[in-house]
Amino acid sequence: MTDGISQTRVSWLVGVLAFALFLPVHVKAQGGQTLSLAKASAPIDLTGYWVTIITQDWRWRMVTPAKGDYAGVPITAEGKRVADTWDPARDEASGAACKSYGAPGLMHAPTRLHITWQDDNTLKVETDYGMQTRLLHFGKWKGAGSASLQGDSVAEWETPHIGRGRGDPEASSGRREEVQTPQFGDLKVITNYLSGGYLRKNGVPYSADATMTEYWDLFKEPNGDQRIMLAMRVADPTYLITPWLTVLQFKKESSDAKWDRTPCSAKW
Amino acid sequence: MKIIKSIPAWGVILLAMISVPSFGQVDLAGAWTNPGHMDWLDHGRGPDLVDYSGIPINDTARVKALSYTAAVQTEQERQCEYYTPSYVVFGPFGLNIWNEVDSATSKIVAWKMGAWIDKDITTIWMDGRPHPSKSAFHPYSGFTTGVWEGDTLTTRSTHMKVAYLRRNGVPSSDQATLVEHIVRHGDILAIMGIIEDPIYLTEPFAMASIWEQDPHANIMRMSQPCEPILEDERLEDGTVPHILPGKNPYINEVTQRYHVPLEAVLGGAETMYPEFRKKIKDTYAPAAKCDRYCCGPVTDPALKCIRDASGKER
Repeated sequence: MTDGISQTRVSWLVGVLAFALFLPVHVKAQGGQTLSLAKASAPIDLTGYWVTIITQDWRWRMVTPAKGDYAGVPITAEGKRVADTWDPARDEASGAACKSYGAPGLMHAPTRLHITWQDDNTLKVETDYGMQTRLLHFGKWKGAGSASLQGDSVAEWETPHIGRGRGDPEASSGRREEVQTPQFGDLKVITNYLSGGYLRKNGVPYSADATMTEYWDLFKEPNGDQRIMLAMRVADPTYLITPWLTVLQFKKESSDAKWDRTPCSAKW
Repeated sequence: MKIIKSIPAWGVILLAMISVPSFGQVDLAGAWTNPGHMDWLDHGRGPDLVDYSGIPINDTARVKALSYTAAVQTEQERQCEYYTPSYVVFGPFGLNIWNEVDSATSKIVAWKMGAWIDKDITTIWMDGRPHPSKSAFHPYSGFTTGVWEGDTLTTRSTHMKVAYLRRNGVPSSDQATLVEHIVRHGDILAIMGIIEDPIYLTEPFAMASIWEQDPHANIMRMSQPCEPILEDERLEDGTVPHILPGKNPYINEVTQRYHVPLEAVLGGAETMYPEFRKKIKDTYAPAAKCDRYCCGPVTDPALKCIRDASGKER
């Protein structure tokens, strides 16, 4: 009997220890309040200054390509017809110099990013190139309901045990009361309500019906470098025959020393 | 009786274990097609003969690249040369990925990335084995190990043979290393490759590529057998195709065709960063109109466009 009681106690002790070892720790704010927001549940830290590294598509991204150069873009005949009318002088004169600075074109641009938390559920992405601001909204974002250059972006964390059919979608969107802090994950962003613009500086168009899906992954290298890999899918029933799939990269910088705000330009 | 008393412990352990995030369970296997939406010219007809923009090469690499002529591929001893695993991120083809499982433990021993006509199979060892000594054999396929970091498969390749970093002769040495981050997002596969080379690069050279899953794609796993043949009788006397220093006839082609200043064409680390634009702002103006290789891939049957060097829409 004594042996039996002892065995039961040991058994429970092992069980409790197992729980302590395996279960994720919940995050508590100062004062004991449980954090419930996207900022607190972020599996990766994207904040800071980042510079795009242009090692690919150099002639289409670093400089303005020639009129009529649509290489790599699955453009429709209608898209080409519109692109062939590109006139940067006209864009500047009509106050449309920022048409290539909407989110689908902007992320391909020669820019630096400054990423901060605007609030606990809104990630702010600023660019020095064209001085643009994108707001990535987590949680129950209802949207502005009207089209804009940067559109409405809805964000969610994807972690290995959620977001891919393996768990609780409430946690990834910042809606759950108690938040776990996973070690790994990525950021998924879907952008709609774009006002239309250019995928490339030379007038390759996307329409107001375009939808952009982004996957932000963060990698930490052994030498201390941090890099973002940004996979993008731009779908546009008007000007693209198939979604435009690209992947971009950014490297973290230690300061804002090279941050160089320049206004929109249709020509350069 | 003992079994009943130990139920709390084992029950809790099992419950806890199934609630733990399970890493390394992303299935990368299958056929992945390259949509060709990036580096279209590189993927298609090939890059311009002298265009090193965006590559952090040093002076040695630049001199070697400028001495390159595609005629070297007519040499019998070079006809069956492969690219190294770095080619995954700058090459044109789709991917066929599969794994090898230990039949005794059911654990994945290795992931395999299929060969292309000019690249060998890349074997990514997942069983924790160490990389060989520096003096070990350097095959074109190199030696690659991998670990899961969340849903990302991070690989490291060493022991790669001397090869090329771009299809226009930019060299890579046998001391180059490659780190790849392989990520699957639903039907999308994205890979970032970071190449370091103390012989030819001044900074890590990062590239990325993207594929779509296509179960209908017939993407080969093995490369086709390569049989060297004499393609050019001129080479019978031992001539080594080359271009002498300062004599490259193609050095100004990109500048003439696309107006890109020569200092950008010749590459170097500074050409990777946005601030390089300031340096060429006064010397660059786009060509008036695209007149070659303006579209592609073309999938809209109604699209008339200049698809090749003919300058004609079709």
